[in-house]
Amino acid sequence: MITVHVTYFGALKERRGLGRERRETSARSPAELYAELAMAYPLSLDAAHVRFAVDDAFVDAQAPLTDGAHVALMPPVAGG
Amino acid sequence: MERFAFSLSAKPIDGSALRAAMFNEAAGAFCGFEGWVRDHNDDRAVLRLQYEAYEALALKQGQAIVEAAGAEFEIVAARAVHRMGELAIGDMAVWVGVTAAHRKAAFVACQAIIDRIKQDVPIWKKELYRDAPHRWIGSDK
Repeated sequence: MITVHVTYFGALKERRGLGRERRETSARSPAELYAELAMAYPLSLDAAHVRFAVDDAFVDAQAPLTDGAHVALMPPVAGG
Repeated sequence: MERFAFSLSAKPIDGSALRAAMFNEAAGAFCGFEGWVRDHNDDRAVLRLQYEAYEALALKQGQAIVEAAGAEFEIVAARAVHRMGELAIGDMAVWVGVTAAHRKAAFVACQAIIDRIKQDVPIWKKELYRDAPHRWIGSDK
């Protein structure tokens, strides 16, 4: 197990009911982490539409997760 | 101010001040884009909206976009500002300004910048309606 710091944005933050949490997980990638969270909470957003960042940089859904990582879960962006 | 700059603003955007600050004797053209909050979306009556950003990454992405435009197009300067927080109908949501020696590069770069901001900068929009529950745009998938 590793510990990660999860940050939710936009609709995901609203549906999770909080913006940040610390989580123990066996997930090895952002995609696995999202799958785990989507089982636990009504995030209601298809994984294919979620983008991920680790330590303030976009990463691939399959990028490796390490202990202590700050993982951001982002719904489709909608600026402008 | 830097020639290529992207910022987020919690306060109303002053487009004319931003435009005036772009003046440069080497520039023969200025092209600007302003995005405004309109009163409807998909037949829903919009009351107001809220923007939120992943600030650290949004600033990094936005800055990369204006700098890439500087490398790609024959322009003198490019700046963009995106509003954060709660906005009312008619408020300016985003401002983009580009100067160039000639008009074509200014037009093309300005369009490329706003298109890329909409596509790649982590900013989210919540619309609040008169007669319907609020929506996070793009997140009902």
